[in-house]
Amino acid sequence: MEAEARPKIIGARVQRVEDPRLLAGRGAFIDDVNLPGTLHVAFCRSDHAHARIVDIDSAEASRMPGVTAIFTAADIEGKMHPIRATSRMADYFATELPVLARDKVRYVGESVVAVVAANRYLAEDAAERVAITYEPLGHAIDPVAAAEAGSPLLHEEAGTNVIVTRTFARGDVDEVLASAPVRIGDTFRMHRKTPAAMENRGYLAEYDQGRRALTLHSTTQIPGIVRDALVEMLDLPGNRLRVVAPDVGGGFGGKGALYPEEILVCIIARQLGRPVKWLSDRLEDLMTTNQAFDEIVEAELACDEEGRILGLRAEVIGDVGAYSIYPWTAAIEPVQVVSFLPGPYRVPVYRGRVRAVATSKTPTGAYRGVGRPISTFVMERLIDMAAAKLSLDPLEMRRRNMVRAEEFPYKSASGIVWDRAGFMECLDGVATAADYKALRQIQTEARAAGRWVGIGLASYAELTGLGSRIAVAPGMPVNTGTESARIRVDSTGAVTAYFGIASQGQGLETTLAQVIAEELGVRLEDVEVIQGDSAVVAHGTGTYASRSAVLAGGAAILSARAVREKVLEAASHLLEADVGDIDTGNGRIFVKGTDRALSFRELARAVYSEIGRLPREVREGMDLEATRMYDPYFGTTTPASHLAMVEIDPETYGVTITRYVVAEDCGRIINPLIADGQVQGGVAQGIGAALMEEVVHDDAGQILTASLMDYVVPTAMEIPAMEIIHLETERPDNIGGFRGMGEGGTIGAPAALANAISDALAPLGIMINELPATPERLFRLIEAATTRNERRATRVG
Amino acid sequence: MSQREINLSINGKTYAAAVEPRLSLLDFLRDHAGLTGTHVGCEHGVCGACSILFDGVPIRSCLMLAVQADGHAITTVEGLCNEDGAPGPLQDAFQEAHGLQCGYCTPGMLISAQALLAGNSDPSIAEIKDAIGGNLCRCTGYVQIIEAIQLAASRLREAGQ
Repeated sequence: MEAEARPKIIGARVQRVEDPRLLAGRGAFIDDVNLPGTLHVAFCRSDHAHARIVDIDSAEASRMPGVTAIFTAADIEGKMHPIRATSRMADYFATELPVLARDKVRYVGESVVAVVAANRYLAEDAAERVAITYEPLGHAIDPVAAAEAGSPLLHEEAGTNVIVTRTFARGDVDEVLASAPVRIGDTFRMHRKTPAAMENRGYLAEYDQGRRALTLHSTTQIPGIVRDALVEMLDLPGNRLRVVAPDVGGGFGGKGALYPEEILVCIIARQLGRPVKWLSDRLEDLMTTNQAFDEIVEAELACDEEGRILGLRAEVIGDVGAYSIYPWTAAIEPVQVVSFLPGPYRVPVYRGRVRAVATSKTPTGAYRGVGRPISTFVMERLIDMAAAKLSLDPLEMRRRNMVRAEEFPYKSASGIVWDRAGFMECLDGVATAADYKALRQIQTEARAAGRWVGIGLASYAELTGLGSRIAVAPGMPVNTGTESARIRVDSTGAVTAYFGIASQGQGLETTLAQVIAEELGVRLEDVEVIQGDSAVVAHGTGTYASRSAVLAGGAAILSARAVREKVLEAASHLLEADVGDIDTGNGRIFVKGTDRALSFRELARAVYSEIGRLPREVREGMDLEATRMYDPYFGTTTPASHLAMVEIDPETYGVTITRYVVAEDCGRIINPLIADGQVQGGVAQGIGAALMEEVVHDDAGQILTASLMDYVVPTAMEIPAMEIIHLETERPDNIGGFRGMGEGGTIGAPAALANAISDALAPLGIMINELPATPERLFRLIEAATTRNERRATRVG
Repeated sequence: MSQREINLSINGKTYAAAVEPRLSLLDFLRDHAGLTGTHVGCEHGVCGACSILFDGVPIRSCLMLAVQADGHAITTVEGLCNEDGAPGPLQDAFQEAHGLQCGYCTPGMLISAQALLAGNSDPSIAEIKDAIGGNLCRCTGYVQIIEAIQLAASRLREAGQ
């Protein structure tokens, strides 16, 4: 029966299974999970950047209506084992991660006292009555000053604020630079960002005194990692500690670390025997959720006269804030800046040195793109600056240096091995789609008319879907290189699949169901995906680092194939045919070329319920269930090129993006609707990083961008239409042929926009080497350039 | 704290309650009326996640007190569904065009789109951007949201013909 040939579900524009509940207002986000008798927590947070805690007086607060308990660091002493993000990395100091500040506070917003009351209103009323006396200590706000000897120390036992130092080197770059025909460089600055997911962080812990079991509902991207950490801290076995991520309203890395508040609600719930909830408000989110992208990069590029890169050198200072986050450490962001700096280019000689400096600010961690938005911004600016010096077109400069198809696998100067992927195809893809030559013509005409119009390119490559060989956690006590899938056909024939990953909007309930439906031969609606729950698999870490399609998708394929083998074996007895003659599709199991067929329900009933339909030796020990781990071992290479065209308003200094084109190679696409959404959303965050978003601290470490009026994220008004070209040059060497692609948009956009704005303002001699390029920064640059040019004209005149 | 009696209509149903004067309308909808579709995003009127229709006009429920809603008619995202609770036509268009990812801003986005389409069944892209300009979405980059609203508008026009 040809009609029963298996339909292609992977690659189809399937509507998401998550959507009906989310659209009807019936999602279950953390704030929607209500348990009877829940107590609510409000925190007293530090209003000092760096100060000794002299006294805490909570006597008045404890008499306020509805107050159940008040906790300070002293009250939780001995109720948990302290935690530090350890690593085998050399030259790394693992700070502790205090749950409540003990002895001193190290950033504005750090939690000092927790007030537990009948509801949030009462908890906040009481928290206002807690009096904390501080003795200010010296500030360490500016990372350059904080790195110097003599700076006030955040962690005295470290003896320095420089808590990570690393160097990546190949060859003698100083020698290359000294003799290079062309040498360009500058100091580049990306200012601090915050992920700003629309849902703030929140945690709800419930303790079952009968079972002595704890369940934490958490807005986390990493339920498995949190579970494993809490087991160690709280001395509970893993079968009595469950971490559940319900519907989570965006993460972008900000929900991808263990947080003090989620440890604390567990301690309080266990002590009081009541459910305990804490929901961050937006002020707390902007003060305490791990921030990112805060680097100063001094870099130099050497080329020959034809624009071929000879060498690259960089000194990076990463401002990592007050603590080294768990489990990723303070190295996660700044170290990736130097490891990815050479980009998709042939850079024969390289030295990248990074120092991660502790400052009295919110800790930094992972934010979409992690390190690569900065490394790409710097490298792509250097490429354009070199092209300008050589009077080469930026597109041609990239073509001359990009790793070519015949050079894969290519070992980059920092040691990353790029696999065959469409580097040049992406670059050519954007140039063709945008009609680059025509755009240059348009620009020439606009420039002649005195308008500030510019075109910017950015190319990058990233490692995604990392396996155990090069996991994202080198030297850390977690394994991020594998994921597992458990698939079960139950006695009604329904398919349930369990995963350790955790979706925060990526649509994994749909894409993983697509993979399983196609592999197993059932309909999409037959598959239920359970994810975001540490209890459903033995080991799994979560969703971060563009890994879930590759790793969980791979595990889904292996597991579905194992279940299908069992289905075929049972069916061969029931249909009296050879296994090789049987196929599955659309929820049916059939003998190819005949009308003999069974539904999954009929088969499941025969296996589990209708004893006697299968021979005893077949039935015994048979189930329709399998668990498989998948380890891609290496990672996959995901390249892309972005093109932006902008115009700057000479009156408001606002940047309008008039064209935005992305060409990316994400391998085999599971769902084009979702792939487009990931690119568009990533680019929007990159546009925010390039033009608007900046966490600002004053000289005393006070955060000045503590509302969404002040920390400005893009609205619909600022985001242009985008053209997206998906290339599939060659399937990567993993079982599904997928490449990770969740972060790419954010990596390419800041660089493309910095180049486009620099190009628009090139007649004034302005280079955009500091982001975000806000109207205020552009105004200052343009004013200074105009004054400079006028002076020069006067001198010449 | 003393309580005040309020009577209001939510999604066509009448609610009577005694509330503290300081209770926000948002918290009333979520914690007292049990309508958790309306989301808490910033509590300072910027993000739009808590948008509702107040006598047909889109407003932020975090900036209003429950007592101020006394005698008024409110529509929340739950009220955009068909009578059987299944997603309505605007919500269907969001699903078809993938106009949502995490779904957290979505209820507010739907409310703003509903208010737009109630008065304009053929909005331009500029008019759509203007209508949702006060609703922050961190996931989608807005592109597919705009497509979803265009799709819903085209359906509305077809139905009206």
